[in-house]
Amino acid sequence: MAVMHEAAHEEHKLGFLQRYVFSQDHKIIGIQYMMTSLFMAAVGGVLAMLIRMELGWPGARWGLAKWLFPGGFTGDGTLKPDFYLAVVTMHGSIMIFFVLTTALSGGFGNFLIPLTIGARDMAFPFMNMLSYWLYPPAIVVLLASFFVAGGAPNAGWTAYPPLSALYNPATGTGLAAPGSGLGQSLWLVSLAILIVSFLFGSLNYITTVLQLRTRGMSMGRMPLVTWAQFTTAILMLLSFPVLFAAVVMLLFDRHLGTSFFVPSGLVVGGQLVTHQGGNPLLWQHLFWFLGHPEVYVLILPPMGIVSEILAVHGRKPIFGYKAMVASICAIAFLSFLVWGHHMFTSGMNPLVGTAFMVTTLAIAIPSAVKTFNWVATLWRARIHFTPAMLFAIGFVSLFVTGGLTGIFLGSPAVDVYFQDTFFVVAHFHFVMASAALFGLFGGLYHWFPKMFGRMMDERLGKLHFWLTFVGIYATFFPMHFLGMAGEPRRYYSPQMYDFLRGLSGLNMFVSLAAFGLGLAQLIFAYNFIRSLFRGPKAEGNPWHANTLEWQADSPPPHGNWGATLPTVHRWPYDYSVPGATEDYIPQTVPVTAAVVAGGALHHPVQGGAPDEPPTTDLNSA
Amino acid sequence: MPAPTRTLERPPSARDPGTPAIGGRGPDGTGGDALAGTPATTPARIAVWLLVGAITVLFAAFTSTYLVRRGEADWRVGPLPPVLWVTTGVLLGSSVALEGARRHARRGEMAGLRTWLTVTTLLGLAFLAGQLLAWRQLVAAGVYLSSYPHSSFFYLLTGAHGLHLAGGIGALLYAVRRAPAAATAAAALDVADPVAAYWHFLTGLWIYLFVILFAL
Repeated sequence: MAVMHEAAHEEHKLGFLQRYVFSQDHKIIGIQYMMTSLFMAAVGGVLAMLIRMELGWPGARWGLAKWLFPGGFTGDGTLKPDFYLAVVTMHGSIMIFFVLTTALSGGFGNFLIPLTIGARDMAFPFMNMLSYWLYPPAIVVLLASFFVAGGAPNAGWTAYPPLSALYNPATGTGLAAPGSGLGQSLWLVSLAILIVSFLFGSLNYITTVLQLRTRGMSMGRMPLVTWAQFTTAILMLLSFPVLFAAVVMLLFDRHLGTSFFVPSGLVVGGQLVTHQGGNPLLWQHLFWFLGHPEVYVLILPPMGIVSEILAVHGRKPIFGYKAMVASICAIAFLSFLVWGHHMFTSGMNPLVGTAFMVTTLAIAIPSAVKTFNWVATLWRARIHFTPAMLFAIGFVSLFVTGGLTGIFLGSPAVDVYFQDTFFVVAHFHFVMASAALFGLFGGLYHWFPKMFGRMMDERLGKLHFWLTFVGIYATFFPMHFLGMAGEPRRYYSPQMYDFLRGLSGLNMFVSLAAFGLGLAQLIFAYNFIRSLFRGPKAEGNPWHANTLEWQADSPPPHGNWGATLPTVHRWPYDYSVPGATEDYIPQTVPVTAAVVAGGALHHPVQGGAPDEPPTTDLNSA
Repeated sequence: MPAPTRTLERPPSARDPGTPAIGGRGPDGTGGDALAGTPATTPARIAVWLLVGAITVLFAAFTSTYLVRRGEADWRVGPLPPVLWVTTGVLLGSSVALEGARRHARRGEMAGLRTWLTVTTLLGLAFLAGQLLAWRQLVAAGVYLSSYPHSSFFYLLTGAHGLHLAGGIGALLYAVRRAPAAATAAAALDVADPVAAYWHFLTGLWIYLFVILFAL
C-alpha cells in the first residue's frame, strides 16, 4: 500500500489548480468533459425549445423569450427568421459536436478506458489535459458567434457552401444569409479547435488500449464499453482530419479569396460573385465523409455502455460477446463507405447512389446482430429495473425505431421524396440523438457512484426515465407523419404553404411534448446536483459488477490502484455462473478447473501471479 | 487470494484451452512483459503511426479535392519555381542524414547520432527556407493564393506540408537533446525512431505533393 500513500501524498502536494482544473488525471479530465458537456446540453436544449416555439405557433409573440434573447426577437416579440435559422444551426452543431461527442467519448472514454483495462492513467496524460483545455475555448468561440454582426451562422450544422462561403467584408454579414458573416467564421474556427482536441483524445485512447492493458487483460477480455471506445477513437482519428481539411478550405474561400467551393457566375442578391471555378459538391463529399462516421462516433459508445448495463443489471453474461465485438468493428468499417447516402438528391449518378444504398443497408446487418444480442441478453435475465437499466432498455427501443426508418431513407427512390423533410428529422433524432442521449443517461446513472462516490436517487431516476421515454416518443414519432405529409425541415414558417396548414395541430402537439421533455430534464439536473453533495455514500461495487473499475475505490484514488496493478483472470461477464456462491465473479478472481460452458474442457487451476498481492474475498466485500 | 471459481468464458480454442494471465502489458514494472515474453514497444512508437494515419487522411482530403477539381475544363497549371527541385533534393538528403543518425544510434555511437541529427535538422530548416523562397518567387511573378485554382492548391498544400514539417523540426530538436543523452542504444532509438518515422513520412508526402502538383 506504499504507493497508495505516496499517491495520497502527491495529491496533497498538488495545488487546487493542478488537481481539479489543469489536472492530468484521466478521471478528473473525464469529469470535466462530462460537466462541460452537460452544460452545453442545457444550452442546446434551450435552443431546441426555441425551435419548437416557432414551429408550434409560427409568428406568435413571446414576451419572456424576447427578454431572454434580445437580439433574436423583433420589438413586438416574434422570433426573427434569421435568428430561427441560427438557432437551428447552433442546436445541431452543439448537440452533435459539443454534447454527445464530448460527453460520450471525452467524458466516458477518459473516465473508463484506464479504469476498465487496469491502467493507472492514459498513455499521454499531458496531451490528455491539452485535449480537454481546447474544448472550453472552442465553446467560447462558438457561442461568441451569437454576439457578432449578423449573428450566429444560418447555414445549418452541415454549413453547405455557397451559403456558408459568401459574405460581405464591408458589413461583416453574410451575402445570402446574415449569419454567413463573422458568425460563420467563428463556427469554423471553433470546429477546427475542437477537432484538434478530438485528435489528441483519440490518439491517447488508442495508444492506451494497445499499450497499457494490465496483466491478463487481453483484447478478447476487454469489456464491450472499452471496445466501443477504442473503435470510436479509431473512427475519430480517421474521419475528423477530413472535416479539418474542409474547414480550412472554406475559411480560405471566405477570407483569402480562393474558390475551392464557390462556383463561377454565381449571382446573389443581383450581385455577381467574384469567386470562380469552385465546386460546392466537394464540400458535401468532404463533410459527409466525416459526417457519417461521426454518427457512429455518437452511437458506438452508447452501444458499449448499454451492453455493459444490460449484463450487470440483468445478472447475465452478454449474449455473443465475440459477435458484439465483431459487429462494432464491422459498423466502424462500413461507416466510411456510406457517406453518399446523404447526397442522393445532389445530382449524383444513380449507379453511384445504388452502390451507396448497398453499403448503407449492409450496416443493418451488424446493427441487427447487436440488437438481437441485447434482446437475447435480456431473455430470462434477472432484470433489476434500476434507472440505468431502464435507460439501456429504452436505448434498444429507440435504436430499433430509428433504425427501421433508416432502411427506408437508405433507398434512393424513397429518399428523393423524404430528403430534407421532418421524416429525416424524426429518423436521426431517434436513432442517433435520443438513443445516444439514453446511452449517456444510462451511463451516468450506472457510473455516477464510481465517478463521485455517491449514489443517485433511484425514484427520481425512474421518474426521469418514464417522462423522458414517453416525451421522446411523443415528440419525435409524430414527426414521421409531418415528414410524410411533406413538411420540410429548417423552414422558419412551413405553414405559409396551404398544403401544410392542416398540420398545425400536430405541430402544436409536438411542441407541447417537447416542452414536457425539456422540463423532465430538470428532474435529472436536480437529482444529479443534489446527489453530488447529498447522495448516500457509494460502496466500491454497488451494482456487484465484474469489470475492473468496480474493484477500485469509489471514487478511485489518484493512480487508481494500490501498490500493484490488478491481474485479470477471466472475461468481464461471469454473472450467475452455475454453482458459484455469488451471482458475480470479478475479473480479478482466478479460474478453477471446471466444466466450461460449451465443452467439457479441463485445465489446471490458474492461481495468482507470484507478485500478486493477497486480496480480500471479493464476494464478501 | 479469493477462492478460484468457474468461468463462463469461452476458451480461445479446443487445443488452447488455457486462460493464463497474459495479454496485457501493464506499466510500472508490474506488467506481464516477463510473463508474456512479448517485446515491449513504447507509447511514442504507436502514437507516431496514429499521427501519420491522421495526417494521411488530412492530405487525402486535400488532394482528393485537388484531383477532382483538376479534371474540369478550365484547369491550368501554374509555373514551377525551379527552387523546388533544390528543396526536394534537400529534403531527400535530410532523410538520408536521419538514417545515418539511426545507424550510429544502433551502434551506440552517441556523438555521431548527435551530429547527424543536427545535420537533419539544418537540412529541414533549409527546406523550409527554400519553400518560402518559392512562395516569394511566385508572388514576384504575380501568382497569388487567389489567382487561379492551381495556385490556391499550391499554396494550400505546400503551406500545410510546411506546417507539419515545422512540427517535425520541433521533434528533431527534442531528439537532438534527448537521444544522444540516452543510456543505451535501445533507449536512444526509442527517441529517434518515432521522430524518424514522422520525418520520412513527411519526405514521402512532399514527393507525392510535388508529383501531383506539377508532374501528373
